[in-house]
Amino acid sequence: MNRGAARTLAGASRVWPWLALMAVLVLWAQARARGVPDYGRTAGESLARFMLEMATILPPMFILVALFDVWVPREFVERRAGRDTGFGAMPWMILLAMMQAGPLYVAYPVAISLWRKGCAPRNVFVYLGAFSALKIPMLSFEVAFLGWRFSLARSAISLPVFVLLALLMERLLPRGYRPPGLDGSGCAP
Amino acid sequence: MLWLIAAGALTTSLIADRGKTGTAVLRALRLLWSIVPSLVGVLAIVSLVLAAVTPAMLHRFLASAGIVPFLAALGIGSLALMPGFIAFPLAAALRQSGASNAVLAAFITSLMMVGVLTLPLEARFFGWRLALIRNALALGAAVVVAIGMTWVLA
Repeated sequence: MNRGAARTLAGASRVWPWLALMAVLVLWAQARARGVPDYGRTAGESLARFMLEMATILPPMFILVALFDVWVPREFVERRAGRDTGFGAMPWMILLAMMQAGPLYVAYPVAISLWRKGCAPRNVFVYLGAFSALKIPMLSFEVAFLGWRFSLARSAISLPVFVLLALLMERLLPRGYRPPGLDGSGCAP
Repeated sequence: MLWLIAAGALTTSLIADRGKTGTAVLRALRLLWSIVPSLVGVLAIVSLVLAAVTPAMLHRFLASAGIVPFLAALGIGSLALMPGFIAFPLAAALRQSGASNAVLAAFITSLMMVGVLTLPLEARFFGWRLALIRNALALGAAVVVAIGMTWVLA
């Protein structure tokens, strides 16, 4: 790829989020002006809900991730959840994930931080799996709306499935693979 | 709740070591700064997609018989991004109109584990290859969980 094309691509990747945001805002304003609840109104309202969720969860979560980064020594994570630990670490990873709330994307920085501190990939993926399937706030909604039987059965089936998936992921990864993380996330190597 | 824990941890850290806390806060801000633009974009696109899908459409696709609702559940679940307080009432309504447990499990599992629209975000953390593999396997997991549900709750 020549340099001009690369620059265009980089520019596009910086501009598209704002274009999408503008599109929603324009549609929402137009729907509001006409005073009928339609497409733009629904889109605007759901965007507002998403933004609110993001604003309530992201800042404290990121503070905790950064504090974890700064305070917890690499040896600690490596000894507890590293490559050479057995299955003993998994229940702790699952418990940690169950205590959390929010959409899966808030778990990515936590996962990367754990990974860079020497946590075995399988344990990172067990964490992500438990986060997506067994979060307590989510389970409480599930029990309320779909009942104990459904929730218990789904959790009991999901647990071995995502543990297997994590083991498989670790096998599929090239040894010593390092996730790119985010520029400026500044995790200690 | 989360704010309280974060505030408590921050205060403790501040008392223990000012310099380290400063580094941590800077890191948190940098992380926020680097993630928020693409996240806003993803959320905007998800809202546009979700607004196009009406509850009536969902009911028509997910509450019929055969393999179609199952595949539709996987597809919609993979694309959509919904907080629990919207997804579960919706699932309960779908059950009312006749969706099976397998379809509900497929929908919920793929909703929580697979994120096609959030892939660009995930790739920035894990790399494209890994993000794609994880999502593909998670889709497989949703199928397995759904099949397991029909077995267990038969």
